[in-house]
Amino acid sequence: MKRFAPWMLQAPALALVTVLLIVPVIGVLIVTAGSGRMVAIFQGFLSSGFNQAVIWRTLQVALLTTVLALPIGFAAAYVVARAPGRAKSLLLIAAVFPLLTGVVVRSFAFMVLLGRNGVINNLLLKFGIVDEPLSLLYSQPAVIIGLVYLFTPLMILSLVGVLEGIDESILQASASLGATPAATFRQVILPLAAPGLIVGSVLVFSGSFTAFATPQLLGGDRQMVLATLLYQKAMVDFDWIGASTIATIMMAITFSTIFVMSSLARRLNPTAV
Amino acid sequence: MGRTHPALVAVTVAIYAFLLAPLVIVIGAAFSETTYLAFPPQGLSLKWFANALANSDFRRSFVTSMEVALLGTGLALVAGAPAAYALARFRPRLPRGMGNMFVLPILVPEIVTGFALLKLLAVDWSLPILAALTLGHALLVLPYCVRVISANFAAFDFSIEEAAISLGSPPLKTFFTVVLPNVRSAVLAAFVLSFITSLNDVSISVFLTGPGVNTLPIQVLSYVEQYFDPTVAAVSVLLMVLTVGVMAVVERTLGLTTFTK
Repeated sequence: MKRFAPWMLQAPALALVTVLLIVPVIGVLIVTAGSGRMVAIFQGFLSSGFNQAVIWRTLQVALLTTVLALPIGFAAAYVVARAPGRAKSLLLIAAVFPLLTGVVVRSFAFMVLLGRNGVINNLLLKFGIVDEPLSLLYSQPAVIIGLVYLFTPLMILSLVGVLEGIDESILQASASLGATPAATFRQVILPLAAPGLIVGSVLVFSGSFTAFATPQLLGGDRQMVLATLLYQKAMVDFDWIGASTIATIMMAITFSTIFVMSSLARRLNPTAV
Repeated sequence: MGRTHPALVAVTVAIYAFLLAPLVIVIGAAFSETTYLAFPPQGLSLKWFANALANSDFRRSFVTSMEVALLGTGLALVAGAPAAYALARFRPRLPRGMGNMFVLPILVPEIVTGFALLKLLAVDWSLPILAALTLGHALLVLPYCVRVISANFAAFDFSIEEAAISLGSPPLKTFFTVVLPNVRSAVLAAFVLSFITSLNDVSISVFLTGPGVNTLPIQVLSYVEQYFDPTVAAVSVLLMVLTVGVMAVVERTLGLTTFTK
């Protein structure tokens, strides 16, 4: 009886994950493999110029989002980490709050900003910079700005802990040994912050690679990404094999990113998990 | 660390403006008198709030969202708390990396999970939509329940539990009177985090909703695609108020650093 206690306590949660995640996801993966036509299905999918464009667009959007969120998140996290007590918790609340506000609300905020009658167009018209409203929405930059906005708080949270852990005496030592602030940043702060940078990048990349609501609202049909295409195949076209193919591609890319980045993190910092 | 460079302060102000201004703009638009979304708002009115509250689709989907978030989170807690306890208490007797099993729902792209659940629950099992939606949300929030609670158990001194048992307290009674009260703040944090996650979810819900059964974010999504007026801004403000309320409870009971651990 006692020997099985740990397993019995784990059983309900294990059952949830197995029945609701592992089994159905494997089900989706073998839809493309089961008929023995897996290669043909993937060749068919990848030979379409439209599908290729969607894959490249999704990768490009996720990569640019990560590249933009890195410096923004780093600067904010740096200030949060060295702020005194009260200010620190206020800054942290301000960073966490958008995170808890929901994807739809936050993407909608950018529709208000970027729309034809939106804040930005109103300002541009008022100051006579443009004569008629620009179409800012439903473009790739709109999607990327929306995603940077969505995921920067995650980057901040990944970095605050690591940056707090950097002992000030190390920075003083670096300065007293004659390093310029830039050199200290490059040779001391950056390597020590690397684990946080990697975790943050993985979160932002995989989040924006698989985001659905933001590309749907800010990109529309013209900026189709893998997530919105998967939704369309499944719920509009009822093309189950097409949807499963996209799901398989998304899984493969997400998991290889996580794998590569976490082995990189292990090599940089063998003591961390 | 030493003094913050003025340039860095300026950059930070700009970053925080970027993080918070969109939300301020939504709040402004919600109080606007115009029928299109404008900021700064022209005139002040509460009519969009009235409009949002009068909309039966929004009301019904809000009730669905609350039901699903409560039931799904409850289910995840009932399954996740014992798992978290076992992970901390019996670590050597469980396979290495066992905890990773419960992180899987975060690693698998949500949109893929949603599609996979649609096939299994709605198509193969033909479950009623509400049941499928609740199960989907329980899976979605399980990682938060297990991780937040097991992080707290890691610092828990199990010798208290052994003391109680050696003094003759039955194991189940010990769990509820000695162990659980010591981690109740973690259980509350797990609940809040899960509840908010469930309330805001799109990628799983979008596959598991249907005619008559929508969650609030999905209802908002389809409203925005048809109409473009400040009603959605008003709904957003109401959701923000709800979030602030929940966060105030967390801040009062735990402090917000819970979220950075």
